[in-house]
Amino acid sequence: MSLDPRDFRKAGQAALHDESLRIALSRLKTHFALGRARAVERYGQEEWKALREQGRAIRDYALANLDTLLEQFERAVVTRGGHVHWARDAKEAREIVLRILQDAGAKSVIKGKSMVSEEIGLNPFLEASGIAPVETDLGEYIVQLRREPPSHIIAPAFHLNKEDVAETFREAHAALDPDRPLIKRTELVAEARRMLRARFESADAGITGANFLTAEEGAAVLVTNEGNGDLTRLLPKTHIVFTGVEKVVANLEQAAVLLRLLTRSATGQDISSYVTVMRGPRALGEADGPENFHVVLVDNGRTRLLGTEAEEVLRCIRCAACLNHCPVYAAVGGHSYGATYTGPIGAALNPGLMGVDVARHHPNASTFCGRCAEVCPVKIPLPKIMRHWRAREYASGLAPKSMMAGLGIWAFFAKHPALYRVAAANGARLLKLMARNGRVHALPLMHNWFAVRDFPAPQGKTFRELWAARK
Amino acid sequence: MNARPKVGLFVTCLVDLVRPNVGFAAVNLLEQAGCNVDVPVQTCCGQPAWNSGADKHAADLARPLIEAFEPFDYVVAPSGSCAGMIKRHYPEALANDAQWLPRAQALAAKTHELVSFLVNVRGMKQVEVRGAARVCYHDSCSSLREMRVREEPRALLASVEGVEVSELKEPEVCCGFGGLFSVKYPEISERMADGKIADVQSTGADLMLGGDLGCLLHLKGRMQRNGIKLRVRHVAEVLAGMDDQALGE
Repeated sequence: MSLDPRDFRKAGQAALHDESLRIALSRLKTHFALGRARAVERYGQEEWKALREQGRAIRDYALANLDTLLEQFERAVVTRGGHVHWARDAKEAREIVLRILQDAGAKSVIKGKSMVSEEIGLNPFLEASGIAPVETDLGEYIVQLRREPPSHIIAPAFHLNKEDVAETFREAHAALDPDRPLIKRTELVAEARRMLRARFESADAGITGANFLTAEEGAAVLVTNEGNGDLTRLLPKTHIVFTGVEKVVANLEQAAVLLRLLTRSATGQDISSYVTVMRGPRALGEADGPENFHVVLVDNGRTRLLGTEAEEVLRCIRCAACLNHCPVYAAVGGHSYGATYTGPIGAALNPGLMGVDVARHHPNASTFCGRCAEVCPVKIPLPKIMRHWRAREYASGLAPKSMMAGLGIWAFFAKHPALYRVAAANGARLLKLMARNGRVHALPLMHNWFAVRDFPAPQGKTFRELWAARK
Repeated sequence: MNARPKVGLFVTCLVDLVRPNVGFAAVNLLEQAGCNVDVPVQTCCGQPAWNSGADKHAADLARPLIEAFEPFDYVVAPSGSCAGMIKRHYPEALANDAQWLPRAQALAAKTHELVSFLVNVRGMKQVEVRGAARVCYHDSCSSLREMRVREEPRALLASVEGVEVSELKEPEVCCGFGGLFSVKYPEISERMADGKIADVQSTGADLMLGGDLGCLLHLKGRMQRNGIKLRVRHVAEVLAGMDDQALGE
């Protein structure tokens, strides 16, 4: 499996031939899209519209005041005895985590799902440093066993069917009875739970992500359905919250609005099974909680997008509704993107984080059908941002030479109506002449059209010719 | 509606090249709706350039089109996609051009997709034609989401005698055309087309209609490649009572 976004087209071609992936992806609609639609229906269409607008405003306020909110957040965390670390890029972020773990003398580390940690390659780095973290989110646990990256930002193992998971477990849990039944989902979940329990109990440190940070309270808010996040943060002595700088909002009240948008957009739940508000180390008199509490704030290219035409992408609350409604994601799946963020949000974000040259396929691989923007809970104009990246690509000469040349020739004719009229008339005549049984089967220089379809025969004269004759 | 409004028909480059019938159907329908129709000098709205990020080409194509259509009361196109380009994206394409931006905005405000114009602006409730087919209507994404057209073509089709309209299961899902997307990522486009065609087939319709020739050429071309005998037409042809050869016949 390629992890290079530059291989998108090749990876996508392979994915299209993967029958088991096709089955897995067919569940996007039943598993996510229908659930979301029902949740919105329950909430009320009009109310939902208003809530989205409120969510957008909350996120825009946060982005406009990012510096002061983050500093306020830091003060609040420090006041309660926690530590805040600032990571400019991936390398700094990895090193900060390693240092915290080393200082805490941590040998065994457990981890909740964190896409930011995937983005900066935390796991391979920690493994190489001798502290291999164990993923505790079921989907993450599965892909970790398979040594694969997650394929979906909220459902890391979405590309797999339960038979694949059973096979993975049989291989990885070799000490268990080989004849045990692993057919039902509940059997798979129970086995993962059993295997992870010991890890939870013995871990020295836990790493989780955060869905929101709130500046006023210095809180990190975490949404999970499996409860693994709470075990990860509560049982070990040291807890590290690892997240992006853009996750901050003004206060818990605003986070609560976003929470309403998040769970409905993501899984169609009115509320997730667990919502955890984390505010520093265990205080005097508290029954549980970590002794050491750290927050690592990762920039890694995010603030560079502030004030640009792509800024609105930073509103994202990572619900994955755009992926779940994207026909391109549904065709090729997450791994084809070769990046942590996939689907429309990846297409809008990755060129900003990785460079237009590296991630150029992502914004190009869209029909601009616009469903993503329609379901986005914080109204990110995703196609508009993708188009922005295409414009940047074009302006910097990174677009394929053949496309730029083709557009140049076409534009030349389109800018000269008299020439265009003659060219179109000849084109229509020629196409008609070439047609057999109502279709043209192939044309030079048009290989990609004819690779998968014919071209219906034209009538033979242009409208403008016939109109001129009629007048 | 006293004076007959002057409508500038934006034929679209695909209709011009492949399917003049759609242009004549549009003229016919607009005249029925009490409009004076003319077809000013035009080439392409520039959408391929705009969607490719070729901003200068797009702006260069937008300006003469604006100039040519400014004298009209309305700009009407038998395409949600081209109308969407003018209505939604011309003001973006000329956002940094202080002189042309107001002109782009003014033109955008009077630009319409054909069928929604007939129904919403001209109050057309029915057409006096006959047909004979079980049809389904394919919503183009730009019609549906940029131009907010949904009920209008269905309402007029319902008035065609002898035509029975059945709905797709997933009318809001893209067919995979996407302009240059269809040649940049043909394999993905193919998968999406096959999904749409399967949906169309499951309706039992023997004629697929749509408001955007781009989608229709892509889908019909895919059907031809796979030997699927399903007739395909632009909705305007049926509304204007044209029942000669359908697309690619």
